[in-house]
Amino acid sequence: MMPVSKWRQVLAVPLGAILHGMNSLPESLRDMLRPGEEALAHLEPDLDENSRFANSHLLLTDQRLLCRGHDGSLGEWPRRDGLVLERFDHAGTGHLELKDETSLIASWRYTLGRDQAARELVMRFRGNEPESAQTDEQASIPVSPRALLRLWRFARPYRGKLLSGFLLSLASTAAAMIPPYLTMPLMDDVLIPFQNGKAIDIPLVERYLGGLFAAALIAWALGWARTYILARVSERIGADLRIATYRHLHGLSLEYFGGKRTGDLVARIGSETDRINVFLSLHLLDFATDLLMIGMTAAVLLSINPMLALVTLLPLPFIVWMIHAVRDKLRHGFEQADRVWSEITNVLTDTIPGIRVVKAFAQEEREVKRFVDANAHNLAVNDRVNTVWSLFAPSVTLLTEIGLLVVWIFGIWQVSTSKITVGVLTAFLAYITRFYSRLDSMSRIVSVTQKAAAGAKRIFEILDQSSSVPEASKPVHPGRVEGSIEAKDIEFRYGSRAILHGVDLSISPGEMIGLVGQSGSGKSTLINLICRFYDPARGAILVDGRDIRSYPIEEYRQNIGLVLQEPFLFFGTIAENIAYGKPDASMEEIVSAARAAHAHEFILRLPFGYDSLVGERGQTLSGGERQRISIARAILIDPRILILDEATSSVDTETEREIQGALDNLVSGRTTIAIAHRLSTLRRADRLVVMEKGRIVEIGRHDDLLEAKGVYYRLHEAQQVKENA
Amino acid sequence: MLELSKNAFGRLVLGQAEVAPVRAFPVTNPQSGISLVDSNGKELAWIANLEDLEMRERKLVEEALQAREFLPEILRLSSVSRHAAPCEWRVETDKGKTAFKLDSEDDIRRISSSLVVTDSHGVSFLIRDPAALDRHSRRLLGSFL
Repeated sequence: MMPVSKWRQVLAVPLGAILHGMNSLPESLRDMLRPGEEALAHLEPDLDENSRFANSHLLLTDQRLLCRGHDGSLGEWPRRDGLVLERFDHAGTGHLELKDETSLIASWRYTLGRDQAARELVMRFRGNEPESAQTDEQASIPVSPRALLRLWRFARPYRGKLLSGFLLSLASTAAAMIPPYLTMPLMDDVLIPFQNGKAIDIPLVERYLGGLFAAALIAWALGWARTYILARVSERIGADLRIATYRHLHGLSLEYFGGKRTGDLVARIGSETDRINVFLSLHLLDFATDLLMIGMTAAVLLSINPMLALVTLLPLPFIVWMIHAVRDKLRHGFEQADRVWSEITNVLTDTIPGIRVVKAFAQEEREVKRFVDANAHNLAVNDRVNTVWSLFAPSVTLLTEIGLLVVWIFGIWQVSTSKITVGVLTAFLAYITRFYSRLDSMSRIVSVTQKAAAGAKRIFEILDQSSSVPEASKPVHPGRVEGSIEAKDIEFRYGSRAILHGVDLSISPGEMIGLVGQSGSGKSTLINLICRFYDPARGAILVDGRDIRSYPIEEYRQNIGLVLQEPFLFFGTIAENIAYGKPDASMEEIVSAARAAHAHEFILRLPFGYDSLVGERGQTLSGGERQRISIARAILIDPRILILDEATSSVDTETEREIQGALDNLVSGRTTIAIAHRLSTLRRADRLVVMEKGRIVEIGRHDDLLEAKGVYYRLHEAQQVKENA
Repeated sequence: MLELSKNAFGRLVLGQAEVAPVRAFPVTNPQSGISLVDSNGKELAWIANLEDLEMRERKLVEEALQAREFLPEILRLSSVSRHAAPCEWRVETDKGKTAFKLDSEDDIRRISSSLVVTDSHGVSFLIRDPAALDRHSRRLLGSFL
């Protein structure tokens, strides 16, 4: 199956090229084409009449509609007047129906991935040109399994420092090689001659011991410099990574946040970046040093006595093999352990903000049980990992002990046959003890690498996420917009659920529109599209006659004021909260916005006035007060387009009256779209737009709509009954 | 031009109404934005800046503010009983020496560049600029931030 976008290009070129491009078109269908017949569109319905997966082919030409069924059967329908092709979708599958005046002739079904092709086919069938692509499909970047290597992007700026750190490692490791080497002459030239009755050569001993001390001092100084430089660098890489992830997160559309849980994101940005950081600064550093050490030790050993060196290095391949064998098993285990860990934090982030609900329904025990369950799951997963892991480390130790034993056996035999001196054996044992102690710690790199790789993978999952509301490649700066809004044939779906079907609406500058309809009718979705929190699947929203996708998102949103049902106040002072959209606002601007929002006087009653802290840990405010602060926030940025999403639904009628005054100040002179359940709050609206099941069903003034006795009338009646009851 | 006076009860009067002066930004901008509100909290007048007033009226407003407000500014921390809350602080403020109990580190709140410390009884103390405190005070304060 070719990607849809490719098909669009194909369809724009003449017949020969089309046929050439239609590689997937079966011969039998191709053969049916008459000379001069022009292929217009092609669709591969992938479901049969029983909704089982089965590929068939549908080809539209300028003369006929051709079909090759999944069983190889062929069909053809010459195009004529009265023949209609209809497309609709339901529960994730699309349907095409070919009908004439009297009956259904044929039908096809497909999964929605082919919807674009189906729409084009229908458009072509009706004799229209299909619309050009609105957004190019984004190439999905495959997540590399070597996620850790991708960290290089963050390490690059520090490559100079990294190089100097590496050189220091090299030097300090070399310095650490010296002491065991000096044990050789100490043994052979000093101690053994002494045992054989020769006096100790004091100046020689002084030289050797001095050398030992100097080597230790140099190794200490170099090691310090190395650790200092590399730890600093990795701390910075960690911080860069964290900031990049957080910044990227802010660029993503609401769609991404809808599908993620807070705890999971907090864990990724917080602890995963820290884990990577620790890995870089400690483990990777140690590992590199160890590798150098092993290389150098091997070189020194080989230069002293190749035979003994080979025996000494014998267990190394076994250990390498063991590490490799356990790697995969551990990686899956650690990834799983991470996911389970997010599960635990998710329980916390779910419950703590919802604590009132938990308590009100007396579900503390259940929440504790949920936590216990998550912990049990965590334990089970970790136990499984630890079974492998716990066996791993002692096995490495055992192998190293055996290795040491081999050296002893071989060494004693060699000494007894006078092939090597005691000094050489001592030096070998000194080297090999260090060597193996490092091997032991090196084996730990497996788990930390896997953990860090799992962490890096989870970080890059965020970084690889491209926003589903992409920035325009050639943006047009909107400046301060006039405020006309036009929705053209908008269609939108969440997953397979279609929310809006072909919504058309045009709003003139300064007009106030009331959006009404039952919940689930698509009101909030329409508003989200106008704010460009999402992009429509089809159609476009024009502001000042231009597609909003051509504006830079940030500049466009500066024209929009949003007042939500549940106003969100950030931790900070009231003044800071009011000035959220315009941080450099002056004191006078803040106060006058608060006045217009009818918030000034209640703010003055607070102990610290505008300097009172609100939000988490701050002053508690009532719903109406919070709402008025959020209205002041919207007034301050003086937006051309104002969106009120159930702004008064969460407060009582008395408070609503107060807020209404504030809203009236806000609305005047701006293009306003207000959603409200309580129809009475929309009295000032110039027009009411009634939505039902993702469609606009009525538009008009309050009185006209009542007279029409349609959907609005029914909604209104239902509320009258409720209010009078 | 405000018609301010003081009545026999020592209250500030605007025209006929008893009013109380309220600072809109007591911490970040105390000299600007003072509202005169009546006993119901309704704003009757707004003073954008104290310096705009005539001397006599300014004095009246300042006196009324003085009588109404209590936000001692901590000038120096003499000692703390422990380096973690709960503990007792001995401080020197612009209103004299005092001691108070701090329940939790959460009761030290940052408001722009200043700190507001609320004691166990709900009395607030202001540290206008923590960086401007002397070394000893800064060191004591540091363990709570």
